This record gives sequence, structure tokens and C-alpha cells, in this order.
Amino acid sequence: MVLFCKIDDVNSSLVSVSVMPILVSHFNPRPKMRLLVQKSLFSIAKCTRTPTSNTVGKFNRHRGLCTSPDPHTKVCIVGGGPAGFYTAQHIVKGRPDVQVDVYERLPVPFGLVRFGVAPDHPEVKNVINTFTQTAQHERCRFLGNVTVGKDVSVEELRRAYHAVVLSYGAEGNRSMGVPGEHLSGVYSAKDFVGWYNGLPYNKELRPDLSHDTAVILGQGNVALDVARILLAPLDMLKTTDITQVALDALAGSQVRRVLIVGRRGPMQVACTIKELREMVNLPGTQPDLLTEDFHGVQEALKELARPRKRLTELMLKALQEQGARQGDRKWGFRFLRGPLEVLPTPDGTRAAAIRLALNRLEGSGEGARAVPTGEVEEVPCGIVISSIGYKSLPIDPAVPFDPRKAIVPNNMGRVQDNTGLYCSGWVKTGPTGVIATTMNNSFDTGRVVLQDLDSGAVDLTEAKPGLQGIAPLLEKRGTAARAGAYRDFS
Amino acid sequence: MSFVSVSRRLLTLTASQSSTINRSTTVNVFSRKTLACLQSQAHRGICSSRVTQPLRSENKITVNFINRDGEKITVKGNPGDSLLDVVIDQDLDFDGFGACEGTLACSTCHVIFDEDVFKQLGPITDEEMDMLDLAYGLTDTSRLGCQICLTKALEGMTARVPDAVADIRQSDGSA
Repeated sequence: MVLFCKIDDVNSSLVSVSVMPILVSHFNPRPKMRLLVQKSLFSIAKCTRTPTSNTVGKFNRHRGLCTSPDPHTKVCIVGGGPAGFYTAQHIVKGRPDVQVDVYERLPVPFGLVRFGVAPDHPEVKNVINTFTQTAQHERCRFLGNVTVGKDVSVEELRRAYHAVVLSYGAEGNRSMGVPGEHLSGVYSAKDFVGWYNGLPYNKELRPDLSHDTAVILGQGNVALDVARILLAPLDMLKTTDITQVALDALAGSQVRRVLIVGRRGPMQVACTIKELREMVNLPGTQPDLLTEDFHGVQEALKELARPRKRLTELMLKALQEQGARQGDRKWGFRFLRGPLEVLPTPDGTRAAAIRLALNRLEGSGEGARAVPTGEVEEVPCGIVISSIGYKSLPIDPAVPFDPRKAIVPNNMGRVQDNTGLYCSGWVKTGPTGVIATTMNNSFDTGRVVLQDLDSGAVDLTEAKPGLQGIAPLLEKRGTAARAGAYRDFS
Repeated sequence: MSFVSVSRRLLTLTASQSSTINRSTTVNVFSRKTLACLQSQAHRGICSSRVTQPLRSENKITVNFINRDGEKITVKGNPGDSLLDVVIDQDLDFDGFGACEGTLACSTCHVIFDEDVFKQLGPITDEEMDMLDLAYGLTDTSRLGCQICLTKALEGMTARVPDAVADIRQSDGSA
């Protein structure tokens, strides 16, 4: 069953499921948010772009279509996360004769905003209000439970739509590539985050938290989210969106120390300052930083640009004050170390320690390289969480893919040698940045799509069936098999 | 249907939605502004508490925005409103502005001031600085619009909405 999330559109041949109202009530928008939602609807509904002579011509040729149930220009977006919705928003707003269909593998929309953003960061999820308005727009539809590349191919989508935008993100994760990484007790941060956020795929993770020390590899914001969730007081977690399953598991957690390991030094740390400040201010915890890791850092401060400088100063402050802090739980960075091997318990069944290679830096600043010194160190730990980055995967052999950069090769969002095919979000840039980064990069792709529709670079003279062409394919291929996933989820 | 009548239809649509918005503004104005200002008041303690009283139009404060295309837009806002409130109330079309709805969780309401205006805006909290550090095109006179409360002293001020350029962290993706 395709989950067809269009509240008003009950005449569709597809089953109509009201997913969106459930989500909205789940996030319980305050009156202020509701107002903003209405304003953004207003903003989308306004056709603020002045039509070029070319669009006017097309508009006249298909006059009336923009108000008919079937707008002429069909655009399809693959992936219903932030990139997909920001791209959809820009395109719907930019052209009055366009129908945008957003296809998503999960039954529910919003991707990593729902399943990636930490449960104690509800403010970040406010972006959902804008996405909801886009999804409820009369010329936008959300189609859940459709796996592009399996249920329908990209080629089929391209035949049915004038333009196809790939916004499916980075569902894979980079592996450490070291012996022992498949031992019990070793998790990917992606799965761990999915578990505490209620992602159906990670429901069965059941991490064993009966160990004193957890080592997280990687020092980005995801690593700090995981560290914070592992160490946060239970009373604090209870007030968040975290799943009951995760809350119950964390209530019995024995984890008292979390070490966050990175290949390079303090001045190359990948997290942002908000997440570091939350760590520093986390009640009941004290920092556990090594003075030798910060050798020469104070002297280098004045050379740094403001964001990096403030981030580094906050770390130095945490280092200086760590003796004065009270708390039975500790967190700390371990710099200039890379994983060599996860060491098993004597019976070989699960992780007991991690062997790290000590590094030194070659060069300085953002571009400094980590070079092994040859020394090694073993850190006993029952839990290893690898947080060294997400990774986009190819979804269809017909789409070009750069395996080294793990992105779809593109020029400003136009997929190489494929007119009418675009990409936005992490599959376009790689998996870095905050929500504003994805927003801007998605608007950029939206702008490029509109340019090509306006200029005639994408041929609009041919009528395309859009969803009418895809729906029969989906029904024939029995996506009903995965309706069960939706029942489990709800 | 001709292009003109299509446009007219769209205008009608716009007008009908606009009246819906006005109604909800009346209903929600207290809670929304209280929220926006409580945050700033807690941080800065200088905002007017007049938001709960009826305001006459002569009390309004003129604000100029320069949008991403370099166009100047002049609007009026109530004392105590944040710049984000003004952008929403006046339906200013700055794409993506205020994505987190004024909760200090993003930097999309980043605005830039002239030095003399910037000095009048009062102290900046660490949390605002933290978010500004992620803003596109950060300058020494940058602020987040959701944290700026209108006061009489700011009459006629100009806030520039910077163009989105390459993110500082695009070149810093390694973990």
C-alpha cells in the first residue's frame, strides 16, 4: 500500500492516509507556531516571481491548467526529508503551473528532522511546520512507503515527470574498516540515533548499556548528541521526545564515562559550539580532557576565525574548570587518535577494549593531516559507537554516482549529462552541515530547476502523466508487502 | 481562462488567505509576542512590556530591510516585537527566514546592521553568538533577527538580509 498523504485529495486512486495531522499533533505546535505555519502557507501561495515572456507563453498555451486538478508541469522529488521539502517549497512557490510529488521510502515524512535530530532539540523540529504547509499545498503531494530504485525506477520517474530531483540523503554510514567492528557492543551512531528516535529499522537494536565506559569514534555533532543522551540525567530525558524503549534502557544504563575520539586535534574538531556548550553544561557531568592534547592551542587562538576561536576557547575553559566541577559522570575528548582494532573479551563474543593509533598533525588549521606516530594505546570499553559520518548510496544504476565522494556528481544541482535530473541535500554535497546548510543548498537546486523549466532547457511541450503514470506501476508491483511496516510503526 | 483571469484567481486566493491570517493574528498575538520577547527579556532585560497594551499607530517604529536582491523595504513594527515578528507580520518574503521560529536553533534570521545601529542593540548572549557562528556571511555587526526587540531608540534602523553564500563548513567536512 502506498501511503498517500494528501488530506484533501480523497478522489485519488491511491489509498489516502492522514499521516500529517498525526505528526502535527505529536509535535503540539504552540499558537505562535500555528501562526507561522499559516504565514508560510500564505507565502507559498503567493506567486511572487514575475513570469518571463517564455513562461507567459507556456502559461497561455496551457492556460487554466494551474487551477485545474492537473497542473501541466510535473516535478518529482525523491526523498521526503528536509532537502526534499525545501526543494519542493521553492519549486511550488516559484511556478504556478507546477505539480510537485514527493516520494519517500518511509511511511512518514521529514526524514532526519524526525529520526536524526536529537530528542532534546525540539526547537530544530519547528521546521516541520513549514514542511507540513508545503505538503498540504494544493500542488504538492507526499507519497510514503515508496522505495525508488526498487518499487519504481528513476527512468520510469523521468518518463512520467518533466523534472526529477534526487534528495534521498545519506542512508549509509562510513565504516571504520578495522578488525572487530562487527563484534557485539559495537554500534554505528546512525543506528543508535535511529534507535532512540524510534526509527522502525532500528527498533531491535537493544544496545547493551551494562558497561562503565563507552567510546565514540568521531567528534561531530552526532557524536556529541549520542554522548549527551548517554550521560543526560533521566529526569531531563523524560521531558523530551525520546522513545519509551530508549528511556527504559537508559534508566538501567551503567555508562559513567564517554570518550569522544578524533583523528586530529582540538582545532580541527568537527562539532559546533552549541553542542559543545550543551555538553559542558550537562548537569551531573564533568569534563575529562587531557592537558597534553591542548599543547600550543592557547598560543594559536589569535590566528583563528571567530567561530573556530570561540569553539576552541570553550574547550580550553572546560579544561581549566574540570577539576572544580562535580558529577559522577564524565565525558571527554580524546584527540589525535584513530581506531586500529576493537578487541574482544576472552571468550571472543563481544567488545572489551579498543586499540587506538596515536597521531601527530602535519600542517595546521582546517587542512591539517593526521599522521600515525607508531605508538598505540588500548582503552577498555564495553561499548564502541562509530560516528565517522553518514554516506549516500547509489539507488539506481541509471543514475551517475561518484563512489569516492559518495555523492551524485552534479553541477549546481544539475546531474551530469542528464537533462531534467537534479539533486539536492546530502546526496548533492555530502553529509555535512546544519539545517540551514541543507535549506540553502535545496533552494539553490530549486532555483536551477526553475531556471531550466523557464528557459526551455527542460522540454515542457510534451504532456507528462506524473503520478497518473506511476500509480499503476506501484500497485502492480505490490508495495502492499510493506504496509506491515506502517502498522508496526504506528 | 486567460492569463489575466488566472492571475485574478490567484489574487482572490491570496486575499482570502490573508483574512484568515489576520484573524489568527488577533487570536495569537499575545502568546506569540510574549514568547518572542520573554526570551529576549530574559537575556537582555530591556524590552518594553507594552506588548500587552493596545498600541496606537504613532507608537510604531519604522524599520528598513534590505532584501537579498538589494531592494529596500520599509515597514512598521510595534515596540517589543522582534525583527522576526516584523518579518512575519508584514509577510516579507525572505526565503527560509526564521526556520526554527525564533528558538535560537538555527541562523536563518541572520541580519547585518550598520556599526552605529549595532552598538545600540545591546549585549549578545553566548547562545546567540553560537548560532551566529554558523551563519552564512557572518560579519562583526551581525545579529539574529529573532533576538532584536524594537525600541523607540531604533526608529528608522536598517537591517540587511545577507545573500546565502557557501557555508563555512562545506570546506570542513572531516570528522
